[in-house]
Amino acid sequence: MKQLLILSGKGGTGKTTIASAFIKLSKAKAYADCDVDAPNLHLITKQNSLPKKTDYYGLPKAEIDIELCIECGQCMQNCRFEAISADGKYKVDPFACEGCGVCELVCPVEAVTLKPAVAGELLLYTDGEKVFSTAQLKMGSGTSGMLVTEVKKQMKSAAADVEFAIIDGSPGINTAAKFGVKTAVCINKFDTNMQNTEKIENFCKGQGISLLGRIPFDLDAVKAINNGQTIVDIDCASGAAVKAIYSKTMELLFEEGGGLRS
Amino acid sequence: MRIAVLSGKGGTGKTLVSVNLAAAAKISTYIDCDVEEPNGHLFFKPENIQEEEVHVRIPKVDGKLCNGCRKCVDFCKFNALAYIKDKLIIFEDVCHSCGGCILLCPEKALTEKEKVIGKIQKGASDQVTVYTGILNTGEPSGIPIIKKLLNENKPERNKTIFIDCPPGSACIVMESIKDADYCILVAEPTLFGVHNLNMVYELVKLFNKPFGVVLNKCLDGENPSEQFCIEKNIKIIGRIPFDSALGMLNSNAEIAVRKSERYRTIFSFLLETVKKEVHHETTSNS
Amino acid sequence: MKIAIPVDEKSLESNVCVSFGRAPYFLIYDTETKESIFLDNGAAASTGGAGIKAAQTIVDNKVNALLTPRCGENAANVLKSADIKIYKTAGISAKKNIDDFISGKLSLLDEIHPGFHGHGGN
Repeated sequence: MKQLLILSGKGGTGKTTIASAFIKLSKAKAYADCDVDAPNLHLITKQNSLPKKTDYYGLPKAEIDIELCIECGQCMQNCRFEAISADGKYKVDPFACEGCGVCELVCPVEAVTLKPAVAGELLLYTDGEKVFSTAQLKMGSGTSGMLVTEVKKQMKSAAADVEFAIIDGSPGINTAAKFGVKTAVCINKFDTNMQNTEKIENFCKGQGISLLGRIPFDLDAVKAINNGQTIVDIDCASGAAVKAIYSKTMELLFEEGGGLRS
Repeated sequence: MRIAVLSGKGGTGKTLVSVNLAAAAKISTYIDCDVEEPNGHLFFKPENIQEEEVHVRIPKVDGKLCNGCRKCVDFCKFNALAYIKDKLIIFEDVCHSCGGCILLCPEKALTEKEKVIGKIQKGASDQVTVYTGILNTGEPSGIPIIKKLLNENKPERNKTIFIDCPPGSACIVMESIKDADYCILVAEPTLFGVHNLNMVYELVKLFNKPFGVVLNKCLDGENPSEQFCIEKNIKIIGRIPFDSALGMLNSNAEIAVRKSERYRTIFSFLLETVKKEVHHETTSNS
Repeated sequence: MKIAIPVDEKSLESNVCVSFGRAPYFLIYDTETKESIFLDNGAAASTGGAGIKAAQTIVDNKVNALLTPRCGENAANVLKSADIKIYKTAGISAKKNIDDFISGKLSLLDEIHPGFHGHGGN
């Protein structure tokens, strides 16, 4: 399966807008939204069926059985995350608890136990032809890495025969670039600052990173998205630019060399 | 007063709003809690920077005392320990500093050492004190850095503090708003923006924080985030128009309030509104 | 000697799993007795440090060589400390990779990736 991963270092640059356009243009049979903190792709891709939901368990959380608790305070003293308070009764703050198990270890009466905790939900939409994998991390959850892996795994097992998949990545620092996988860049909203656009392009040229093109800032894009449409569903400047970038991306992806990241 | 500025989604304008409010307030403190990718300092360009490293405690092993019982390896919920060829290996980047293995070791072979996970910087930009939190790449949690930033800035009378939060609603955001008196939720007028506004709306309700919404990048026509606020009876405390001049200033890391009369007016007005809201909350709660 | 390979199913016909740390099972093949056993990978359900725990399992089972499509730096660290050589798999058949290893066709895995640090793999 060839995978196209759409990334950026910062939020709000246009990953989902572009990913949804690419999905439309390529008629991709498999796609995934890996921005598990704030998934948005499902708002644009139209799903015809209800998803299969699977609970995602993160680190367990500590719970105190107040019937057994003798209020010695050992748990609170030893908790490095300030997750235990004693306001009358001893209580664990599930949002601060990191599931380390120290409180369970130090409790002299076994009043504290770690219990499995649902940290999010995996969603799989399959409507005969297409497979869409996404997830939502619950508020206050910690590292999302495993959930991201599960989203990709879910997509791959539901779409094992599919040759091409598109992944809407999560914002932030990604070590994927160090894999020696082909990387290419496109600049979105480029005309809001021509100087910075040129700086980015020069940087790419200096590093030998392919430049796929530029997309102008376009208010029609906002209108399309707010109507639940992709920018290639309507006639607009950003849509036209994305179509050209899409062609170039597909060329690079399917030439020798394997996976391309853009 | 401590004002936290948050949004469910990146790129909506948290930094724009928090930086410009701090600048409009003249004498204030700005704290950048987006420790994985801090941006505020790019606008303020603070001077006279003082730096302090942030440490966490991680285990170290005395090989002579270790007898290979592996109780620590089995206990560690984060898989930060491995026992290979009669030697204990400690994975510092994976360790969450819970101290469990040290408590547990029957031979007292494990003790603690300090590890630097990042730093905080304090500087000045005119009369704004700028605090920046920076987490080193690869470290699992920025929470100790945020704790340190906020501990250095305990609430004080007559001190105005603006907290620029990380995006989303994960535990790192919760840590940032813990002691805030008021939360400003920044929303953009798109379908994506409203979906993510809902996330932080649930978060501030959970924490019982008084809050209001600032609608950013406002255009003519329907604003899904505005609709959301009307439906949920949420107070809209400000509207910043979509303006390519502002976009240009922002992309050049300029502070709008310091470069434009128009934005000085807009943000000063927003600041007054926020002050009124905070005052109203404290008097109605007393 | 004993060889380990991450697999998707508990069967000799299984495909090689793309991930080492989060593989559901490990196939351990003994080149002398020609026997295979399947181990459950306890690390598959870990939210972090999966590679480390998976590598510990491999070491504890007295494996001499690991065949895998890729390996993170923490896992590689554990394996190297145990003098376990890491070879790069070619193609998706677990069985073929074992045969190729025995006939000396597989090469050592050079590119150890920096690890996902809680941000998910692919």
